[in-house]
Amino acid sequence: MFDPIKEVTEQLNKLRETAETKGIDLSREIRHLELKLDRLEKDIYGNMKPWDRVQLARNPKRPTTLDYIHHMFPDFMELHGDRHGYDDAAIVSGLATFEGVPVTIIGHQRGRNTKENMKRNFGMPHPEGYRKALRFMKQAEKFNRPILTFIDTKGAYPGKAAEERGQSEAIARNLFEMATLKVPIVSVVIGEGGSGGALGIGVCDRLLMLENSTYSVISPEGAAALLWKDAKQAERAAETMKITAQDLFNLGIVDEVVGEVYGGAHVDVSLQSSLLKPVLLQHMNELLDLSTSQLIQGRATKYHQIGTISE
Amino acid sequence: MTAFFKKPKRYMPLRQREPKIDAPQGLMTKCPSCKYMHYTKQLNENHKVCDCGYHFPLHAQERIDMLVDEGSFERFAGPSVKANPLDFPDYEEKLSKDRERTGIEEAVVCGKATIDGLPLVVCVMDARFRMGSMGAYVGEAIASAVRRATSLRLPVVLFTASGGARMQEGMVSLMQMANTSIALKEHDEAGLLYIAYLTHPTTGGVSASFAMLGDLNVAEPGALIGFAGRRIIEQTIREKLPENFQTAEFLLESGQLDAVIHREQMRSFLKKMIGLHDGGVHHV
Repeated sequence: MFDPIKEVTEQLNKLRETAETKGIDLSREIRHLELKLDRLEKDIYGNMKPWDRVQLARNPKRPTTLDYIHHMFPDFMELHGDRHGYDDAAIVSGLATFEGVPVTIIGHQRGRNTKENMKRNFGMPHPEGYRKALRFMKQAEKFNRPILTFIDTKGAYPGKAAEERGQSEAIARNLFEMATLKVPIVSVVIGEGGSGGALGIGVCDRLLMLENSTYSVISPEGAAALLWKDAKQAERAAETMKITAQDLFNLGIVDEVVGEVYGGAHVDVSLQSSLLKPVLLQHMNELLDLSTSQLIQGRATKYHQIGTISE
Repeated sequence: MTAFFKKPKRYMPLRQREPKIDAPQGLMTKCPSCKYMHYTKQLNENHKVCDCGYHFPLHAQERIDMLVDEGSFERFAGPSVKANPLDFPDYEEKLSKDRERTGIEEAVVCGKATIDGLPLVVCVMDARFRMGSMGAYVGEAIASAVRRATSLRLPVVLFTASGGARMQEGMVSLMQMANTSIALKEHDEAGLLYIAYLTHPTTGGVSASFAMLGDLNVAEPGALIGFAGRRIIEQTIREKLPENFQTAEFLLESGQLDAVIHREQMRSFLKKMIGLHDGGVHHV
């Protein structure tokens, strides 16, 4: 596939190299190419359609929860298990300090290759994953630690065993318990936010989304199949269903959209982490200033307001 | 002579005699399970349950009439919600068509009533309206009915019948799962009884929120209850699912329901349960 940005970047690098090794003054040419590159990037990334963002959100190279944890929380300690016989690897959880504040971190975990994905079940939790998450949330409440959740799943796993063991109940229970947790909850969608499976760790005081992530009640393909009996209309569904960070910000569902590095978060995980970290920190600190009742009341109001007309 | 060699026909085409029913439409109702033809009037007197055990779906109003003391139901006014939050094409026309067809405002009817004198808040979903799917109206109507029950200190009985989230309201509809769950949690913390009464069908976002959050979760016989659709599960795990998968009886076996209640017992069951949860023993 022709990639104009890559093309110009290569030209630019060649030019710089030539200028350096041969000692020729090419600053005018270099400046020209730099401007061209800048305009190209603005053109391409500024005009991304929802469907383009869906592709970025699904890019297998897109950073996962553990990647961000690695860059943002160097002292993270992963802790395991639902205490009822399972440890769902599609959910990671653990403790860390965040600028001096002890926090509980919970997130969906995809694999970055086939082997990892087998272990992680492609980031699609079973009921036990949600129960494990709940265990850590209750623990966070007991020890008065803020909770940070990273949302990145196609959805809760639609399997036979998952149904038998109460997938619905596990998700419902988390929504119910998260409603009145006495500690701040900040959630950030880093890839795909798939419906109830995402919300199961996503009831929060502040919802952030990376610029190219999506959050939807059903996949664009599923929506197209249901609404127009044609899965090929997914591109149209991605626009109509309003699933991008910006669309959801406009709908008042998302509190802040976190910008991504040009080309998407996978281009530079470390840089992306440094873009996300201060935003996450700011929201957490704002919430830490609130009293428990303000926090819980605010959470109820947040969800009450989404569909209603304010008087 | 040649006629002699002709084989006689072994079968005589008989004209099928159709049972001729010269009845006005709606007089008879056929059971989709055992195919028996019921007199609609008789069926209605039998709680709309066939002798084979098949529970016909009820309209919200039929359920309310069957359940609560006559004349006791006070319907709550509907919430003020965004009619078409995503500006979804043709959505509003679909809503008005369903309104015309069903005579109800949206897929849930909520109000206050009494059962044998015991007061309660009751919400009944109606699967005829957009398959009972949950958008802002349904979510907020339920959440505000529950909040009212909390302030009136009343139990809540919620009859679910829903295909899940309403596609045309996208994420606004998903967030109703949180909205309703939060209202129920407040009701719970006030020490009040909530009974989730699952009827056919209860799936998707509704099953993964208020349908599973009762102090008691009960269901009608044969009701389809599940998180993911049967076809999706079969495609994912690449095997056929058992016939009874995701039925009320299946859920009872896997420990997810307290009881499966025949419609005939609906009223007496709820009366008994509300009575048993009233008060309790107070320790010093």
